[in-house]
Amino acid sequence: MMFLRKQLPIILAFLTGILLWLQAYVPAKPASDALTSFTQSWAVILSAAALLLGILSAVQHHMTKIKLHRKGHAYSYITLAAFALTFIAGFFWRPFPGFAEKNIAEGSFFMWIFDNIFTPLAATMFSLLAFFIASAAFRAFRARSFEATALLIAGCIVMLGRVPIGELIPLPGGHDLSDVASWIMNVPNSAAQRAIMFGVILSQVAISIRIIFGIERTYMGGSD
Amino acid sequence: MRSLDLTNTRFCLTAILLLLTAAPALAPLPALAQQASSIEIADHPNDDGSAVILTFQLAGDELLELMPQIQVEGQWHDTETAPVLLSSLDRKSGHPEIFGWGVVDGDEKLHPDDLYMVISKYISFDAEGQQQINPISPALGELPVRLVVDPAGRAQQFEAGTVQARQQWFNTNTVFRLLLAVVFSIIIMYFILAARKNPNIFIRRIAGLEAVDEAIGRATEMGKPVLHINGLDSLATLSTVAAVNILGRIAGKVATYESDLLVPCFDPVVMTVSQEVVKNAYLEAGRPDNYREDNIYFLTDQQFSYTASVCGIMLREKPAANFLLGYFYAESLLLAETGNTTGAIQIAGTDAQAQLPFFITTCDYTLIGEELYAASAYLSREPMLLGSLRGQDVAKAFVMVMIFIGTILTTFGSELLTRLWTAL
Repeated sequence: MMFLRKQLPIILAFLTGILLWLQAYVPAKPASDALTSFTQSWAVILSAAALLLGILSAVQHHMTKIKLHRKGHAYSYITLAAFALTFIAGFFWRPFPGFAEKNIAEGSFFMWIFDNIFTPLAATMFSLLAFFIASAAFRAFRARSFEATALLIAGCIVMLGRVPIGELIPLPGGHDLSDVASWIMNVPNSAAQRAIMFGVILSQVAISIRIIFGIERTYMGGSD
Repeated sequence: MRSLDLTNTRFCLTAILLLLTAAPALAPLPALAQQASSIEIADHPNDDGSAVILTFQLAGDELLELMPQIQVEGQWHDTETAPVLLSSLDRKSGHPEIFGWGVVDGDEKLHPDDLYMVISKYISFDAEGQQQINPISPALGELPVRLVVDPAGRAQQFEAGTVQARQQWFNTNTVFRLLLAVVFSIIIMYFILAARKNPNIFIRRIAGLEAVDEAIGRATEMGKPVLHINGLDSLATLSTVAAVNILGRIAGKVATYESDLLVPCFDPVVMTVSQEVVKNAYLEAGRPDNYREDNIYFLTDQQFSYTASVCGIMLREKPAANFLLGYFYAESLLLAETGNTTGAIQIAGTDAQAQLPFFITTCDYTLIGEELYAASAYLSREPMLLGSLRGQDVAKAFVMVMIFIGTILTTFGSELLTRLWTAL
């Protein structure tokens, strides 16, 4: 039992990690195709099984909320009803008259739900971002410190430089504000982004080594 | 009899019209292609045997059409569904991944261009005349290849010889990458092993991680839960693995403080792993009874449905501490700004560069890029994990030295290091 819980996952992680790492250097089909299709098949099977667990978890969570009358449990009724309706529309053959025969084809009730309820709701959430950006920008641009002031100035230059009016604001040497905006984006901004990227990539190498060699085991649910 | 009046407007207009109508017929034929020279066929290097490469020198009209053909089982087949324009072909010098570095094309004005075409398929027709596209493979054996110039017109044919498509077992373009991976791995492994002998490793203070205890302590004092988000990617993303690792450490502290931990998940696999990780953390903290599986649940795998749901949780449950760790997309600001309005201590961490400014603006602490990956080691203070951080820093110093040397070499006209570090 201990072997199944502790050693086997580490052995599997080691073998899979090493094989997939080596596969990056082997273009030959027998190796790359076999390994890729093998790992992809496993990923698909695991994802499908996990999705079932996920659905059960979500339903159970909302049922518990309703049962215990937790705060906002009314939304759980709506969630479960919407889930049931979409489930019926997606799984059963022509559940509602007046829609396409195929259950998830264009013109079906399932697609009607997707196009007329889900998509507008998702778009609404996304569009809220504009207001959130405004409030976050207001907070970020308050010049309370040297860094915030530098951010404010750089932000104003980039914003002005990226719209047509920026090209009409002349600067010495035949340049205009859009040139300064481009310089900020291409030089200091790119330099900072590359520095972050280098750090991230080396960290990913380190965490991969820790996982492959079983030094980092927290993600397996086990301790060190 | 009326004489020819050249000043007559109607006469002039008619003459111009006639000339314009006749113009296409009088136009010269497209310039004849120069004789294709240096025509060669070779196996595509570093591939799985699914392509061969035809190289040649040819100059001619931009609209000149070309069609490489291969002979399979005694019959010649086109290798493209339609002839290819000469002007659309790539030159050899622009593709070091195939021809190596240092290939110099002929002077465009003085010599024919050094061109190439990758042949990865051939066209055949079945009994019903339906077009079939067949892949090139090693099983086809030796393939005679020729280049047909202007197939619809003069159809000049240039024999290129024969080729056998072969698959390679090692991609020689990745030698330097492999070498770097091995060197970095050795450096990191060395410091991991060294940390076993000398566990006292200095690690710089990371404010965001120092605040974890404070945030959980505050949640306990206020009697409110701690909210942890593992980002919006699957476990195939390393930042999600890092976030789950941190979840284990946070769960251990939450269990010790006897507070509540909420983990709404975007991915069902992440949910399953998170449940296991949190359960073990509670077990190790000696509080297995306090573990509630119902607090780690799957919400949805739709981006904005998930966002709406988590924002709802933040507003209803009013968690005292929000941990937003992992990979995030456009929803980052919606989540962090909502958390900000509830007055929670917010600690975010991501390697998604585009989302970092939003987190920095709205969260109390932000783990930038590599700090997210260092968090698990930092929180556990496990010597071997800290050793890997030291190794990582040494590798980073190595990269910095390379950048410095590369800058100097490039300034003096040498592209040696630049070429080595360019991924092909």
